[in-house]
Amino acid sequence: MKVSTRQVDGVTILDLSGRITLGEGSVQLRDSIRDLLAKGSKHILLNLADVNYIDSSGIGELVSAYTTVRNQGGELKLLNLTKKVHDLLQITKLYTVFDVKDDEASAIASFTRS
Amino acid sequence: MAQREEMHLTGQQASRITYTLESSLDSVNKVEQTAEQMAKKAGIEEDEIFRISMAVREAAVNAVLHGNSYDPEKRITASFENTGEALVIRISDQGKGLDPSTLPDPLAPENLLRGSGRGIFLIRSFMDEVHFKQLHPGTELTLIKHLGAAQTGS
Repeated sequence: MKVSTRQVDGVTILDLSGRITLGEGSVQLRDSIRDLLAKGSKHILLNLADVNYIDSSGIGELVSAYTTVRNQGGELKLLNLTKKVHDLLQITKLYTVFDVKDDEASAIASFTRS
Repeated sequence: MAQREEMHLTGQQASRITYTLESSLDSVNKVEQTAEQMAKKAGIEEDEIFRISMAVREAAVNAVLHGNSYDPEKRITASFENTGEALVIRISDQGKGLDPSTLPDPLAPENLLRGSGRGIFLIRSFMDEVHFKQLHPGTELTLIKHLGAAQTGS
């Protein structure tokens, strides 16, 4: 999995591409979230447009990222789910847990500003 | 890489392949890719190929990670068979055994935000039949996808 980071209007966007699976992307995702929180970035948008595969480990990592950020008073949202990832989140009843967006500009605007 | 492969490609078992593999992520990927190729060869449509290969991947992850705990002394066995009526994939480990009735429901509200525990649920969601067998030691999972409905053009 590849991760690149952008900053737009106080929101950190992680553009992820490839697979989020045990041993491939899960650890990278965890490390990326940890680094962002350590730097004080608490508005995080995961762009999953180019994530073509995710397994149960990857799903678990998304959930952990969500709860970790929330527990530190931040917000983590998902952007541009592929059909496969969308279906997986539906099956696992996580679709309504996550705040899922399909438009980057409105996703950025939706974060809570203090 | 101590990887042993056994191919049974003779006679009536022409479509059956068996691998004995070390407890590693490379083995998981190999098993997943084999399932994907097998499903493609059987003429199964693309979304269904994804579900089958993912279910098989999850079973292999369970065998390597939860069953054998990455123990270099332990092996997983994966067999792939197209019976003409179904794809039958068997994955076994040499671990302490798994009782599926003890697994928490990942859809229960109190478990929804857990970082793990969805593998067996996804396997059951994506396959037509899933059977558990205790090997003493170890567990064998049999994953079955009936052909027909899953194939393109049928």
